[in-house]
Amino acid sequence: MTKARLMQGNEACAEGALAAGVNFFAGYPITPSTEIAETMARLLPKRGGTFVQMEDEIASMGAILGASLAGAKVMDATSGPGFSLKQELIGYAACAEIPCVVALVQRVGPSTGQPTAPSQGDVMQTRWGTHGDHSILVLSPWSVRETFDASVLAVNYAERFRMPVILLLDEIVGHLRERVVLPEHVETYPRRKPKKTRAEGYQPFAPDDDLVPNVADFGTGYHIHVTGLIHDETGFPSGSPAVTAEAIRRMQEKIARAGEGIVHTEASFMEDAKWAVVAFGGTARTAYEAVRTMRARGGKVGLLRLMTIWPFADAVIARLAKQVRGILVAELSYGQIVHEVRRAAAGACPVALCAKYNMKAFEPAEIVAGIEKLMGGDVK
Amino acid sequence: MSAEQTAERSFERYFRANRLPHLWCPGCGNGIAMKAIVQAIEKKGLSQDDTVIVSGIGCSSRASGYMDFDTLHTAHGRAIPFATGIKLANPKLNVVVITGDGDCTAIGGNHFIHGCRRNIDLTVVLFNNNIYGMTGGQASPTTPLGAKATTAPYGSVDRPFDACRLAEASGATYVARSTAFHVRHLSDMIAGGFDNKGFSFIEAMVQCPTAYGRKNKMASPAAMMEWMRDHAVMKAAFDKLPDTEKSAGRFPIGLLYQSEDVDYDTAYEVVKERAGGAGK
Amino acid sequence: MHLKATITVKKLRCKGCGICVAFCPKHVLAVDALSKVFIRDAEACIGCGQCELRCPDYAIFADKVKGAAV
Repeated sequence: MTKARLMQGNEACAEGALAAGVNFFAGYPITPSTEIAETMARLLPKRGGTFVQMEDEIASMGAILGASLAGAKVMDATSGPGFSLKQELIGYAACAEIPCVVALVQRVGPSTGQPTAPSQGDVMQTRWGTHGDHSILVLSPWSVRETFDASVLAVNYAERFRMPVILLLDEIVGHLRERVVLPEHVETYPRRKPKKTRAEGYQPFAPDDDLVPNVADFGTGYHIHVTGLIHDETGFPSGSPAVTAEAIRRMQEKIARAGEGIVHTEASFMEDAKWAVVAFGGTARTAYEAVRTMRARGGKVGLLRLMTIWPFADAVIARLAKQVRGILVAELSYGQIVHEVRRAAAGACPVALCAKYNMKAFEPAEIVAGIEKLMGGDVK
Repeated sequence: MSAEQTAERSFERYFRANRLPHLWCPGCGNGIAMKAIVQAIEKKGLSQDDTVIVSGIGCSSRASGYMDFDTLHTAHGRAIPFATGIKLANPKLNVVVITGDGDCTAIGGNHFIHGCRRNIDLTVVLFNNNIYGMTGGQASPTTPLGAKATTAPYGSVDRPFDACRLAEASGATYVARSTAFHVRHLSDMIAGGFDNKGFSFIEAMVQCPTAYGRKNKMASPAAMMEWMRDHAVMKAAFDKLPDTEKSAGRFPIGLLYQSEDVDYDTAYEVVKERAGGAGK
Repeated sequence: MHLKATITVKKLRCKGCGICVAFCPKHVLAVDALSKVFIRDAEACIGCGQCELRCPDYAIFADKVKGAAV
């Protein structure tokens, strides 16, 4: 183990990416994510990697995709307005199956919104922001230490599934400073390599057993073609309905097939819980405190924290809804993830919303009040 | 004499034979410009394995699919950022960008000027057909004043860009122009760009008989190329023309600007040295 | 018949745009009813290569015959 350091969430995001092998970062300044780019600008050249500040958020997204195709492990970081600009190329990365991580540190929106204030209002945009059908993987840590781990995991998943992975922070976690001890070594997922030569009939977009293709890096002699047009296994565009259906199916299925192994959640005080709070990111910290308060009062309340936001924890929520009498979803928005919880709960128990959207993080008392309202006086 | 003999030219090995014939309209100049690029690659002996062709979206940008290299057909306007990432991640690669007037100077205009400013070692070939061809003939930033387009049915009122002057002002270190008529010259201009370590910009004037010509009383591709022949003037001669002659639709071709400046890869190596990460 | 040059046409590639026809100084070429170039006067060809140079479709190739007087 390394020695303890006082570190910010945004710094831990950069440190995790570097530990996972990221050697290329392109960015554009935007509050409250800028410290990620600043940390990368300082650390990448020390390690022989490359940092480039591009002319806008679209360009930085394009640069990481080009670098990834040339063999680099890549990250980009932004906040809501920049994330909106990146949407087209996030879709490009999904369609062309290019490994990349985009860190999104949320602030209040829409538009320029409240640039330095916390929010969790970009949850749906991470899922549906780009046009068309595609799968996406989104991780949202709740502490500085976990931001490091989630950053490593995001890079590994990007490489494993060859797709964009969003590291979804909120301003609370991004700007939080905590004492952390980082591991000396982390498991990294190596860049996938072709299993055939050109002479053996290598097809860059032919799926492997896990439905993910082993696309050759540029400059390795394979002469591949990469396009954002729907393409067949050769990589060249196809106007065929069958090819189109297969391409879209495979983009979804490669994630679906990975199953619950990539859906990371954490349960606290849930063994005997009759009521549950569901939260993620910075809000989960407050929710944890609220649940402890309720426990101290004898209330059988637990916390289910979502770390993987997408794919959504359908099965976990379905089980939870059968265990408890009611679920309270706490989120810093007018209500986004609550709709997913209701869908997954499928009526097995009531799902209430504790929403906050006034620039301020939750106070534990607010979530406690929400729980009490849901319980309707039931404190057993 | 059989008309179906197979003549093999050495430049054909740079094409993906099974992808030809290309999708461009009869008489389109893009095929000529694409040949000029591969002939320049051949002339300079660039390795097929170490050369990447990057394109945006539009008629020009379909070229990448026909060329036997690692090829990348990006999103509209974004070829230069993708190419920048490729070059910075693996500086040993020769990175060639094929773009169009709409792709490079409209939606990709910001990326274009900043690529020039960074002096990133790319060779950018702009196929300028003065129109959005793929979408059926809308006015582009290089559509001449008064020329007709489907979105300028009464003649374009937007003043056109001179992409070469834009490149020069933005910091490109090699700026050249030629035309589809001057095929060998065009290829030489592109080859010169490969020699420059920095941002090289070559504007290839190409005819679009379908979307531009038909709307502007030049439906014959040959007539459009004759117009290029009659209006393009080598730079040295152009500079000596009186202003009245210069404004009569004539335009300079040849090497328009060149300077010695540090390219981005070289500059970033210095950054790595300062940071203590050189050679890592 | 002493040909000074041979012309090869890859008909599959030819789109009949007429560029080669227009730039041929000896009027060797023409476009047929199916929009493909054909050689109407092979003997007139001097092998200058103007047709090949500007063909956008890499469909026509001109080779001088070795030893032929031009």
